[in-house]
Amino acid sequence: MARFDPYENNGGTCVAVAGDGYCVVAADTRLSVGYSILSRDQSKISELADKCVLASSGFQGDIKALQKNLAAKELVYEHNHNKKMSCPAMAQLLSNTLYYKRFFPYYTFNVLGGLDSQGKGCVFTYDAVGSYERTGYSAQGTGAKLIMPVLDNQLKSPSPLLLPAQDAVTPLSESDAVDLVKDVFASATERDIYTGDKLEIVVINSSGIHRECIELRKD
Amino acid sequence: EQLINLLDTFTRVQAQRPKRPTGRTATSSNARKKGEEIESGDAATPPSSPSIHRFRNAGDAMMKLDMSALETQFGAPAGEDGGLLFDVDGAAMPAMEFPNCPDFDRFQAKTKDMVKNKRGTTTLAFIFDKGVIVAADSRASMGGYISSQTVRKIIEINPYMLGTMAGGAADCQFWHRNLGTKCRLHELANKRRISVTGASKLLANILYSYRGMGLSIGTMIAGWDEKGPGLYYVDSEGARLKGNRFSVGSGSLYAYAVLDEGYRFKMSVEEAGELARRAIYHATFRDGASGGCVSVYHVGPDGWKKLSGDDVGELHYQYYPVEKTPVEQEMTDASTS
Repeated sequence: MARFDPYENNGGTCVAVAGDGYCVVAADTRLSVGYSILSRDQSKISELADKCVLASSGFQGDIKALQKNLAAKELVYEHNHNKKMSCPAMAQLLSNTLYYKRFFPYYTFNVLGGLDSQGKGCVFTYDAVGSYERTGYSAQGTGAKLIMPVLDNQLKSPSPLLLPAQDAVTPLSESDAVDLVKDVFASATERDIYTGDKLEIVVINSSGIHRECIELRKD
Repeated sequence: EQLINLLDTFTRVQAQRPKRPTGRTATSSNARKKGEEIESGDAATPPSSPSIHRFRNAGDAMMKLDMSALETQFGAPAGEDGGLLFDVDGAAMPAMEFPNCPDFDRFQAKTKDMVKNKRGTTTLAFIFDKGVIVAADSRASMGGYISSQTVRKIIEINPYMLGTMAGGAADCQFWHRNLGTKCRLHELANKRRISVTGASKLLANILYSYRGMGLSIGTMIAGWDEKGPGLYYVDSEGARLKGNRFSVGSGSLYAYAVLDEGYRFKMSVEEAGELARRAIYHATFRDGASGGCVSVYHVGPDGWKKLSGDDVGELHYQYYPVEKTPVEQEMTDASTS
């Protein structure tokens, strides 16, 4: 007897890289079900606040519900506190929102990127039920296993847990980070069937949020 | 308008009493009915604290079995905002909805496999004459994939109490944050710090009420209170054990071996820290799910202090430096002429 399965994996990959004064968040725009492509132009990125951008991959229904939910909560926060939510605050809100559905999870793999209150880039990476961590870079989704090793190779810095604390490696410039993200997606597209079509890149820096779209392989 | 509609659906979803799976409905519906009877007569008490009702009806308590631990309040607190704006007792029992499905346990097992949540892995803590040492690795795995080598598994609940994380990362993070909130509320309500006994009991009671739902938490609460150093092991099965030495996680067996062998009650802080560091290092060496950095903390009468954070890869070469092997036959380049 066929049981109703509430979940579906629509594929896709999200990446975020943080630097000193900027943050790059990128995601592909392919929506798939099984071996079929349903859309080549479905955005996975949502701008939650002026310094905070969320990219999610996984089940599109839950992604849309989650992003809508967060946008609503952000609006309530603005009305209560008369300011937009900061990125670390949104990070904890997202973690709580995900955990409150611990027994019926949002099937979403999220990466939150933005600038913290000092203007430094920050990236928060999540699992499906809300465990989160602030990192310098992250990849989530079907292409994550192909992309993370490359980012580790290029961007890895000494662990923040080390004592005495060691200086982080000099981060890349903004244009270098964007180039790295483009290269990494091009490689992931070669080997992951769920990644491709178009790449949406969002850069957050002190002057605001800029979007860029580049074409990826459509096969 | 869209926002109001969204809030409406949010409230409606939260207000639905979730159906508990068969086999549990008998006891919990009895408990709920009792709770409702008592509740209706006493509008002033907040709905999410069944234990208070028990005390007010002490005479009845003799006749009825105490089911308060089984009773869980999953509905949202009353109010049009659905708990978004003012959530006074949110720290006590967060409103979590259940899926309305015929086989709850099978659904939980399936989703757990599907999403492959992050899990954490070797932690240890022990009491000695100068306080408590707490140590942990920093690797988190999602299935077979290492999702992070920089996870903070030692959680700072407050300046004199630490909690460790083993099991589900999200579960541990969320419930420790919740515990920290409750400890702070206790301080504000009672004008004194909460004891380690009290904090561990708060956590254990919450975890017991979620017993069987698939939470995976193996934590130790370590701290220094008026009675001196305190160490409790609390897990998602509802266990709460007081003890002097604990190690939790997939690498705990390896850590126990080294820890038990080198443990003495009278040690200096450096010796104790070194023992903990070596125990975690050995666990990371043999257990695939442990690795990253070893963090060692010491909790003394003035609170906790981080003693060290070392990468285990480098620790390996510190403990076992590479010895130059004698060369049997040396290859020399052929002359090019």
